[in-house]
Amino acid sequence: MSLSSRHLLGLQGVPKEDIQLILDTAATFREILERPIKRVPTLQGKTVVNLFYENSTRTRISFELAEKRLSADSVNFSVGQSSVSKGETLKDTIKNIEAMKVDLVVVRHAAAGVPNFLSRICNSNIINAGDGIHEHPTQALLDMYSIREKFGKLAGLKVCIVGDVAHSRVAMSNIFGLKTIGAQVSVCGPSTMIPKFIEELGVNIIHNIDEAIQENDVLNVLRIQLERKAREYFPSIREYANYFGITQERLEKNGRDILILHPGPINRGVELSSEVADGLNQIILKQVTNGVAVRMAVLYLLGTLN
Amino acid sequence: MKTLLINCSIIHPEQKLNEKKKDILLEDGVIKQIGNLSSGISADKIIDLRNNYVVPGFFDMHVHLREPGREDEETVVTGCNSAAHGGFTGVACMPNTDPAIDSAEVVKFIKEKAADHLVDVFTIAAATVGRKGEVLSPIAELYEAGVVGFSDDGTTIKTSSILKRALEYSQMYNLPIIEHCEDESLSGGAMNESINSTLLGLPPIPSIAEDLIVMRDIILAEYTKGKIHIAHISTKKAVQLVREAKAKGIHVTAEVTPHHFTLTDDSLKNYDTNYKMNPPLRTRTDIDEIILGLKDGTIDCIACDHAPHSLEEKEAEFEYAPNGIVGLETSVGLSLSELLHKKILSLEQIVEKLSINPRKILDQPIPQFKEGEMANFTLLDLNEVWTVDISKFKSKSKNSPFDKRLLTGKSIGVVNNKKMLFDGDFFDL
Repeated sequence: MSLSSRHLLGLQGVPKEDIQLILDTAATFREILERPIKRVPTLQGKTVVNLFYENSTRTRISFELAEKRLSADSVNFSVGQSSVSKGETLKDTIKNIEAMKVDLVVVRHAAAGVPNFLSRICNSNIINAGDGIHEHPTQALLDMYSIREKFGKLAGLKVCIVGDVAHSRVAMSNIFGLKTIGAQVSVCGPSTMIPKFIEELGVNIIHNIDEAIQENDVLNVLRIQLERKAREYFPSIREYANYFGITQERLEKNGRDILILHPGPINRGVELSSEVADGLNQIILKQVTNGVAVRMAVLYLLGTLN
Repeated sequence: MKTLLINCSIIHPEQKLNEKKKDILLEDGVIKQIGNLSSGISADKIIDLRNNYVVPGFFDMHVHLREPGREDEETVVTGCNSAAHGGFTGVACMPNTDPAIDSAEVVKFIKEKAADHLVDVFTIAAATVGRKGEVLSPIAELYEAGVVGFSDDGTTIKTSSILKRALEYSQMYNLPIIEHCEDESLSGGAMNESINSTLLGLPPIPSIAEDLIVMRDIILAEYTKGKIHIAHISTKKAVQLVREAKAKGIHVTAEVTPHHFTLTDDSLKNYDTNYKMNPPLRTRTDIDEIILGLKDGTIDCIACDHAPHSLEEKEAEFEYAPNGIVGLETSVGLSLSELLHKKILSLEQIVEKLSINPRKILDQPIPQFKEGEMANFTLLDLNEVWTVDISKFKSKSKNSPFDKRLLTGKSIGVVNNKKMLFDGDFFDL
């Protein structure tokens, strides 16, 4: 079995079989991560460049570890240490890096579509590690992996994405992936944070957090990016926390067992109360471990394609 | 020198001319005789037009020639070559150069660069000093220097009071204010706001950013009785607003680019920056209304917003790439393919929108097909099927989303200023 595409640019349009293959492969690697020796020789001799034009700690470390566990040679390229500050164009940068004979490029960039652009101008396999507010496919895959781990399935589950959906690449990738695999997807947040025309994708819109808790099996709670322009989209953080924050009290009102995911880092007291956040520690850390396995799966499947 | 054009189909909507199988004798670039002349007339050069069309020279009232400031992207001369090869004998260039066209000196500089060319270059001056929207440009002085309109194109004149004064002041010279309509507090994005912007994760520019300014400008034009011209109209609502305003007798006119009546934001799916423009490509619904507007006269003219950009600037992250396309060499082909052959406009209407109306808006004389008049023609083959090839563009830049597109109909030559371009070569008449 192999993937139908040479790149992972996003989850939009990725067939169900590919998503399933990635998740199944991740399960194998997940098991390796529990062994005393966590390294396999699968990508020995392959070179991966982590091209990070935007700050990232978690995603970059997760990819880096995944690469090391697969015995690939990896190189990190981050803004600040590079020629970007000297005014080099993205095209020149990637052409230079490619000339050093690399096989895979993991890219994060603040501008949407950069992975697509790179896939047109270079020969390496491109993996999107987050582009603007477009997609973050490996995050969505690890969310899906974590959901499947808990429920044993994805099809038929009700998943609600909560928060600033309009400015979230994690949300978009989750919507595409979950819809493809047959889950029911809704979004919940202030109307200024719901993407325009999202209902055309068959996604329900909810503006009441209690309703979202009652009606869903999973809540994927996004981080309110206080450092970005998010503040312009609602009157105050207090108002957001009061009307859309998830508290223990709200969860208890609804007796059902509900899975809460969060891509981290958490704004305590904003999207999750401290109490809820503490209760979630286990699953959030599990998500992080799953992230390494999912990224190993993607690297392996793309790295052994040719 | 005598040149005889034989087997011409002549169309001039304003003169109500529509004749087949005519011959035109030119002497030193001036029309000497029109009729059935082929027998018994001696000429230094005889060109058989094989029943192709001779129409009054096309005029594009919205081009960016980049000089002074970005001569690496285009110069006045390369822009004129691009215009001539595209079928135009006149262009009006926008003032967003560096320095901006906001003084008589810059107007003079451009006129000197364009001297001796087949293509007439008219200048549109900045409405405000440096296009900053703060202080009115020296409108009287610029009028005297020969400018044909005022615009801060690239941006809207943000402050209503400044636009009000510009409309009041420019009336003295019967020249329009040409507005790029964009409420910047709502825009700042990279593409039209639609399901596609959500899918692509690109920051959106909602159509209302254009609509609101068009509405404001119409209200100001009505109040001041000044002339407003809406540049590159792109939304359904804006077309409707202009239609209503015209019905009320307000002095408002509008232009549309070929890309805004041809392409939608569906084209952006691969983040190809050749499709990045401002105003952005909109939706099918918008195009449908634009087509209605072209048919019923709400949209007066077609102007291509010729915007050459260097390859290295266009070959970049979509959000960071500059807006616009090289338009002069595909405008006529697209108009014929999309409007004539799809039976939206007649050839007469196309000639009005590409030749007569833009000159009227800018208060310029219309070339006449009469003895003693300077010959100013565009020659059209309506049925030639050809493929756009950006590598053959005469423009210095190659940014076009229409590369490899199959078009039906093109300009096969132009005549103006005692010069002719035919079969790919310029020569004196």
